[in-house]
Amino acid sequence: MTTVTADPAPAPAPAGRRPKQPSRLRRSWDKHWYAWAMVIPVVVVLAVLIFYPLVRGIYLSFTNLTEANQAAEICTRSITGSEVCKPNPNRWEFVGLDNYVRVLSGEVGEFWQWTAVTLIWTVACVVFHYGLGLGLAVMLNRPMWGRTLYRILLVLPWAVPAFVSAFAWKFIFNERFGLANSLLTAVGIDPVDWFGDWRTSLLTAIVTNIWLGVPFMMVALLGGMQTIPAELYEAAEIDGATPWQRFKNITLPGLRPVSMTVILLGTIWTFNMFPIIFLVTEGQPAGESEILVTGAYRAAFEGIRNYSLSSTYGVLILSILLVFSVFYRRMLRKQGEVW
Amino acid sequence: MTQIAGTGTLPAAAVPRGARHSRPRDSRSSRSPAKSILLHGTLIVASLIAIGPIVWVLLSSLKPGYAIQSSDLTLVKDPTLANYRYVLGETSFLRWFGNSVVVAAFTMAVGIFFSATTGYALSRFNFPGRRPLMMVFLVTQMFPVAILIVPIYTIMANLGLINTLPSLIIANLTIAVPFCAWMLKGYFDSIPTSLDEAASIDGCGPFATFWRVVLPLARPAIAVTAFYSFLTAWGEVAYASAFIQEDRKFTLAYGLQQFVPQFNPQWEYLTAAAVLVTVPAGIVFFFAQRHLVSGLTAGGTKG
Repeated sequence: MTTVTADPAPAPAPAGRRPKQPSRLRRSWDKHWYAWAMVIPVVVVLAVLIFYPLVRGIYLSFTNLTEANQAAEICTRSITGSEVCKPNPNRWEFVGLDNYVRVLSGEVGEFWQWTAVTLIWTVACVVFHYGLGLGLAVMLNRPMWGRTLYRILLVLPWAVPAFVSAFAWKFIFNERFGLANSLLTAVGIDPVDWFGDWRTSLLTAIVTNIWLGVPFMMVALLGGMQTIPAELYEAAEIDGATPWQRFKNITLPGLRPVSMTVILLGTIWTFNMFPIIFLVTEGQPAGESEILVTGAYRAAFEGIRNYSLSSTYGVLILSILLVFSVFYRRMLRKQGEVW
Repeated sequence: MTQIAGTGTLPAAAVPRGARHSRPRDSRSSRSPAKSILLHGTLIVASLIAIGPIVWVLLSSLKPGYAIQSSDLTLVKDPTLANYRYVLGETSFLRWFGNSVVVAAFTMAVGIFFSATTGYALSRFNFPGRRPLMMVFLVTQMFPVAILIVPIYTIMANLGLINTLPSLIIANLTIAVPFCAWMLKGYFDSIPTSLDEAASIDGCGPFATFWRVVLPLARPAIAVTAFYSFLTAWGEVAYASAFIQEDRKFTLAYGLQQFVPQFNPQWEYLTAAAVLVTVPAGIVFFFAQRHLVSGLTAGGTKG
């Protein structure tokens, strides 16, 4: 091994041990090279496959690139078999803010309606994920018979790939032979044409996603609960606190760090959750139940692939999420949480 | 939701009696029968909802096609394995299955390695660039696939990787690694640094400390990473549909869409295929589930 001192904690460097001070960069390299060595593969891959595409995507959103006009030259085969190439007169070009104007004015797609649906979808899913996850975690966090079995069963939906869950629930909500309508008929309610109205259509997707997402929240919160010191509960019990008071004044504050992280991640993931809407509602009826990501996908990729349009939507979606996380962090900081 | 199906009904009875358990509320004795029933009742209903759809698909997959398409509510009708026989024998299912296994296994192995090294560096070394990298990991979660897919396609084409499985492995890694590294960083934070110091006194360099001391202690978090990256790769559809052009190189997630044509979905084969797809994920889950709670804990608490 080298002479580098392991520096597990960010402790001050052992100054004065070296006879002469090398340059700052050199020292920084000596001190941190193994840390950089450990992260460099990930950084390179992310730079190539996330950041380059991001920059390129932002650039494309100011052009009119589509599948049809991407070629720099148009080549035609002449009778003799040789190829003649001419510059493409309709080649894609820089168009400034045109794409944004077209999207935001509703000329292509239904940006504002999709945004509204996305908000309903995200809020509903995250509220239920968190609420149900918290409720189940509280119940599972107490000693009782069959706890492990309950935990395994309740986490099971997590192990089902999202596209399989989507198929399963689409099957259950089938108008003609689905389980949901069979159950409704069995208790004497008329079967519902789930995908005939955007509200019920969205409801099916939300139910699917809640089913899919509760286990993650439950497990994360359960883990968080187990880090809360038991003495706090004992002290509260001695002081005569009611279960509700203990929950409100010990469990919830104790879970704050976990909650903040999982709510932020959950919001971002749900906002961008592609397969559920795409496969369960397929935007029925008539695209009214699309969220932004699926709507953008259909607007940009059905028919002639419109790369610039998809990039425009992507930039808009990313901007919404960035604004949200900035406000979210600011709100947390105002409440005294340094995150 | 009854979040507070009460524990200490009699505060007086909750006075510490000798050695206390580490569990916050050891109140088995003080829970009244009514509350027990409520607690177990709620959990049983929740468990039924959790496994209901899976069981329903499993039962349906054993029915012949005409029984699936009937609106009668029957659990079992003319059970048959014909659907499975068709899916396994008459389609490319096994080939796609193999492709998926290769993609998922490599994503998992490479993902664990990179997430672990990155997470360790983030946790232990205060190097320049550490905080920005943490932020970058969070921000990558916000990128919609729609914006990335075209430029990534171009890159893959330039690298000659289009229509190969490695392209999928690399794309899946970009999804899985940021979250896993973040989670592992949190777990490594919970392992005392005094262990590292002891190892370094014993002559271990930073890499040896990581391999021999810290990594073995982080087994729960590694299990969660394995589970998460496997599932990410196993269920990924968007990149698979964009990068793979040949039928024999499809992964399951994409190949399965062939059973769902717009107008005449073949539900009987779809249900059987869905069950077969879920089995490997279930096996990975079975090995990981013991560690899920403890593995995810620290990752969640340390943002």
